[in-house]
Amino acid sequence: MASVSTPGFSACPACAVAPAAEDLAQRAQAGSVPPARLMLSLPTAHCAACMSTVERGLGAVPGVSDARVNLTLKRVAVEAAPEVDAAQLIAVLAGLGYEAHELDAGTLSMTETDRQGRDLLMRLGVAGFAMMNVMLLSVAVWSGAEAETRDLFHWISALIALPTVAFAGQPFFRSALTALKARRLGMDVPISLAILLAAGLSLFETIEGGRHTYFDAAVALTFFLLAGRYLDHRTRAVARSAAQELAALEVPRAQRLQDGQEVEVPIAELRLGDLIRVRPGGRVPADGVVTEGASELDRSLLTGESLPARAAPGTDVSAGEVNLTGPLTVRVTAAGRDSSLHRMADLVAVAESVKNKYTSLADRAALIYAPGVHLLSLAAFLGWLWLSGDLRLAVNIAVAVLIITCPCALGLAVPAVVTAASGRLFRKGLLIKDGTALERLAEVDTVVFDKTGTLTLGMPEPENLADHPAADLQLAAALAGASSHPLARALAQGVAALGLPPAEVTDLREVPGYGIEGRWQGRRVRLGRAEWLDATPEAATATYLETGEGRPRAFTFTDRLRPGAEAAVRTLAAQGKAVHLISGDSAAAVQAMAARLGIAHWVAGALPEDKAARLAAMAAAGHKVLMVGDGLNDTAALAAAHVSVSPASALDAARVASDIVLLGTDLALLAEAADLSRRAVRRIKENFAISAAYNLIAVPIALMGLATPLAAALAMSASSITVSLNALRLR
Amino acid sequence: MDVLAYLIPISLILGAIGLGAFFWTLRHRQYDDPDGDAQRILSDEWDDYPKP
Repeated sequence: MASVSTPGFSACPACAVAPAAEDLAQRAQAGSVPPARLMLSLPTAHCAACMSTVERGLGAVPGVSDARVNLTLKRVAVEAAPEVDAAQLIAVLAGLGYEAHELDAGTLSMTETDRQGRDLLMRLGVAGFAMMNVMLLSVAVWSGAEAETRDLFHWISALIALPTVAFAGQPFFRSALTALKARRLGMDVPISLAILLAAGLSLFETIEGGRHTYFDAAVALTFFLLAGRYLDHRTRAVARSAAQELAALEVPRAQRLQDGQEVEVPIAELRLGDLIRVRPGGRVPADGVVTEGASELDRSLLTGESLPARAAPGTDVSAGEVNLTGPLTVRVTAAGRDSSLHRMADLVAVAESVKNKYTSLADRAALIYAPGVHLLSLAAFLGWLWLSGDLRLAVNIAVAVLIITCPCALGLAVPAVVTAASGRLFRKGLLIKDGTALERLAEVDTVVFDKTGTLTLGMPEPENLADHPAADLQLAAALAGASSHPLARALAQGVAALGLPPAEVTDLREVPGYGIEGRWQGRRVRLGRAEWLDATPEAATATYLETGEGRPRAFTFTDRLRPGAEAAVRTLAAQGKAVHLISGDSAAAVQAMAARLGIAHWVAGALPEDKAARLAAMAAAGHKVLMVGDGLNDTAALAAAHVSVSPASALDAARVASDIVLLGTDLALLAEAADLSRRAVRRIKENFAISAAYNLIAVPIALMGLATPLAAALAMSASSITVSLNALRLR
Repeated sequence: MDVLAYLIPISLILGAIGLGAFFWTLRHRQYDDPDGDAQRILSDEWDDYPKP
């Protein structure tokens, strides 16, 4: 992984030989190198033309042997020679009009879920094949095949159905076995029992030359339930791959200083005492102490503070902070297991382990269903045994009851609804990571927002430009244009938006950690921190301009609201939910934000433990809390909440802890998701009602001993298809 | 009823061919990108051969 960063152009021709020789040596070492496989994420690709444009564009790059777009995952896989790197391809794609990001191929280990999905699909295919054939043979029997012909058909059915059930039913049998070992009655126990009893009884009847067999029911049951299982798996696989993709976007590397040279190494290889270089705009990869350089640090993801903090030699820095202005050299004091990021991850693990175990609707239904059905079938068996004294008849009727009260609604109704609803939300940019998240979201009555990075974008916006004369604005814009500090960038953009060109300033120079200075009409002009200019600091986030005459002028900033934040708060409140704002930021900033959005309940200066404790208190008071947050300081709270949402810009730990990830920037989706989740839960309950209605009609018939295999097949297929169609109405 | 001796094996063989074709598509990863494949068939560009 480690590659020495070499200068692009060499001053002397001979110098260029060394890296090339190294490269050759590396290649020789690896033997015949397979072409590098690069993965790029293509969030904007959506059509047939996009695919051919991207594939042709990438194919034209020298060294690229193949490029293949996967539109489902919105990725492109590139086979290329080792000298082709991702940055080059991203530039080519940008030229074609497509945004692209490099993905860490190591993080995208899809092979395991891939294999599982294919395995399920194969079993589904086998069950489908068997169902069609057995159904054809059964139709012949139902329409009046007699004596030897019927026996022959039963035998052929048995030959097809028994291996199929043994192979395709394995996922159910295995999970039923684990459930029984744990002394639980899950959904899979009644399913397995119904399949096995149907197959076993039919085999017995076939040997005895009986009239009724249920091979078609056994196979159809397997097929419908496998379909539900596969839908469930696909929803989860899509969510998992999207979540992995978010993680893969952060390529975890650090620049280590070795013998005066910067070497790129994976974060895991950092050791105590290593010197690392953190470039402006980069994230601090490990905890440490600044040894060289001066800059400002954005700590908002860790603490929620919106004001940048100063960094100078001796300052402690934590992993996850963003370096803003000058390059810093940091001596690592804690890496890997001991770093604050890792400690926070442990906190999340603890919070998740105490998270109240939510029983899904399907599990709750199974809790009533499983004992009910088994008792009913046992009662039918005993009743008929007592009435007729015929053991074979009694077993036949008991099995008919078990098959007719098909657990399809449980196995198919919920996955179908969840797949339809989360598919719809995913297309809009909301990733449902957890299968039960939608059900929990539907129960929410309280919403807690974090401020920095959640309600706001963490991007400052100048507030008081109108209070300054145009000449000062032009001067400030000229100075600000020389820096990449977020305040400076916002100021330059703000002035440009007013249509004012920047003034002519010479000798521009950035003083890292302080500000920018330059020369304008022979005077020294400076833009920067209050202490540097001897200005009186304002209460709000501000930068100061010294023009050489009068007191320094203050430009104040507010944090830019996330689009849709106002709409989301308004709609959630209109849905009758209590909205809270809990932030680690200063009281003034939080109060201003609460007033701007009309949030009545707000708390400022909350520590991570405070947030989690407040959420726990709300839960204890009987509220179902939705937590929306992005920072490391929110992770414990996210894990403690009934259901949690984090934006894609959040730190990895926060995304891992939350159930739902907002892929776009628009927060208004949240209210829509809450609404859709309520409709999805209603749909699930409708599906339960539909299958209950089928049972109300079919079970008495089965109990009276009038159910034929034909009636069982009709009831099962009809109820499975109705619940699937009802679920599809959500799309 | 002698016709059954032919018809049943024939129907089973036809079904098995379908199942075999399904396995083949599964092994050749034809379900990895359903959206993309749905769009690709509309593309007016020739491919001379299916890409691996």
